[in-house]
Amino acid sequence: MSGLTDLTLRQALDALGTRKISSEELTGAYIAAIEAARPLNAFVLETPEKALEMARASDHRRASAEAGPLDGVPLGIKDLFCTEGVRTTAGSRILGTFTPTYESTVTSQLWRDGAVMLGKLNLDEFAMGSSNETSAFGPVVSPWRRQGDAAPLTPGGSSGGSAAAVAAGLCLGATATDTGGSIRQPAAFTGTVGIKPTYGRCSRWGVVAFASSLDQAGPIARTVEDAAILLQSMSGHDPKDSTSLNAEVPDFPAFVGKSVKGLRIGVPKEYRVEGMSPEIDALWEQGIAWLRDAGCEIVEVSLPHTRYALPAYYIVAPAEASSNLARYDGMRYGLRVEGGNLTDTYEKSRAAGFGEEVKRRILIGTYVLSAGYYDAYYLRALKVRRRIADDFTEAFGKVDALLTPTAPSAAFALGENAEDPVAMYLNDIFTVTVNLAGLPGMSVPAGLDAQGLPLGLQLIGRPLDEGLLFSLGGAIEKAAGFSPKPARWW
Amino acid sequence: MAIDAATVRKVARLARIAEPEARIDPLARELTGIMAWIEQLAEVDVEGVEPMTSAVSMTAPLREDVVTEGGDPERVLSNAPRRAGDFFVVPKVVE
Repeated sequence: MSGLTDLTLRQALDALGTRKISSEELTGAYIAAIEAARPLNAFVLETPEKALEMARASDHRRASAEAGPLDGVPLGIKDLFCTEGVRTTAGSRILGTFTPTYESTVTSQLWRDGAVMLGKLNLDEFAMGSSNETSAFGPVVSPWRRQGDAAPLTPGGSSGGSAAAVAAGLCLGATATDTGGSIRQPAAFTGTVGIKPTYGRCSRWGVVAFASSLDQAGPIARTVEDAAILLQSMSGHDPKDSTSLNAEVPDFPAFVGKSVKGLRIGVPKEYRVEGMSPEIDALWEQGIAWLRDAGCEIVEVSLPHTRYALPAYYIVAPAEASSNLARYDGMRYGLRVEGGNLTDTYEKSRAAGFGEEVKRRILIGTYVLSAGYYDAYYLRALKVRRRIADDFTEAFGKVDALLTPTAPSAAFALGENAEDPVAMYLNDIFTVTVNLAGLPGMSVPAGLDAQGLPLGLQLIGRPLDEGLLFSLGGAIEKAAGFSPKPARWW
Repeated sequence: MAIDAATVRKVARLARIAEPEARIDPLARELTGIMAWIEQLAEVDVEGVEPMTSAVSMTAPLREDVVTEGGDPERVLSNAPRRAGDFFVVPKVVE
């Protein structure tokens, strides 16, 4: 049975399609893998009975030739997506045992296409974090370890459960979300593929909100093709999300394997930051060489406002978060701690329900939006955001896509960056610009560092140009020949 | 700009989060550190730049002004911390 969980999503679909395997068998193999992998803490809720029920229904559809494009494929769902009748916590105590009476648009599209839900995946609280350590359920432990070292490492964050589960073979793919790098950085840390599509490509409806102008859903998968198959199903216009793009969804998997000859690839010089690991720099050079060998023309470009992206993000995102998280007041759902009066109840409920990082961000957001500071901080950050977006527009006048590292380092140890919030924020230095500009960005595994840990390269495209990223990502994947899996210790 | 203890108390009140007295000074230090790092935004020339409030330039779509869902108090109240019949029970607001 162990061979079943080694299949890629594409291979599994083929095997299901020819009835070589059943979804019930495949799902059973994943349920066993999840049970054996509890030390990773990747799942906050396992739903094996629901999974088997969905798998049997899928097998019936296959038998009557009514199968959808993802029929019978077992997936993990980040616990930020509301799932009808299944507890949804956003990794926070304040949602307690919240059980949605509705299904997020993205997950409903996955079920529409026949996918099977294995359970809900751990994450940083309200997706605020880069290491999964802010989760109320405790951190996810990466399936990867440094050579000869048993120190527990972070799988990255906030989609740490999604990335760890895919890397450890606990699901064929997973949903994730990305507000400042939360799909791409964990993908890089775990040797998986993660794509944050163009803002508006996937509906935000039913996804617990963090910073609405930046939040975007996307998949984490084992291969570029698998990511394309999942994004195909997750994308599309949704009238229930006013920022959802009414744009045609192209056949994403068809872009994988297409020639990238003649494409112009930009290398932004500002991404050569001080203190970046020499291994990351070497990997970047290797990526440039691979694309050059595939027929791309490499062009140096400038994104002059790059260094201001993180500080701008740490005004915009907390400001939006402080507003979005005002809804958690203990009145209609979630945790309530009774106080002497209404205000006291609010204050006690929120103090008990939110973790330290979430509180810190709510306080920053409240501060920058408060009377007297709004223009100096919030308005200025929105103007800097425009400058950053304009830098990309200018660069895309000269090139078709950009190639950068995904993260400034390989995965770090749990606890290593816990003391200094700003040090933790620097993880997103290469990814956050893409959210501010609303562009698609993908992380592709490209190699291992000297300690045996995965490293990723990031591709950034024009709005709605995910297809090109799949072609380029496929080219890098092929050239890198990346196939390492974490040695099983759990 | 340094954020002092009085500012932390004020902001925590605005955010409706009860911060224990022991957390006020550490929070003042943490927030001061974060805001000092953010101060570098003052270097950027933003003269005449339009603020960017959304990643996509589109006008908000409109729909027919009709009821699409509703009339289902059980679903609305199913996660209520306290309820009485078809109502949420909340602390007394007016004297």
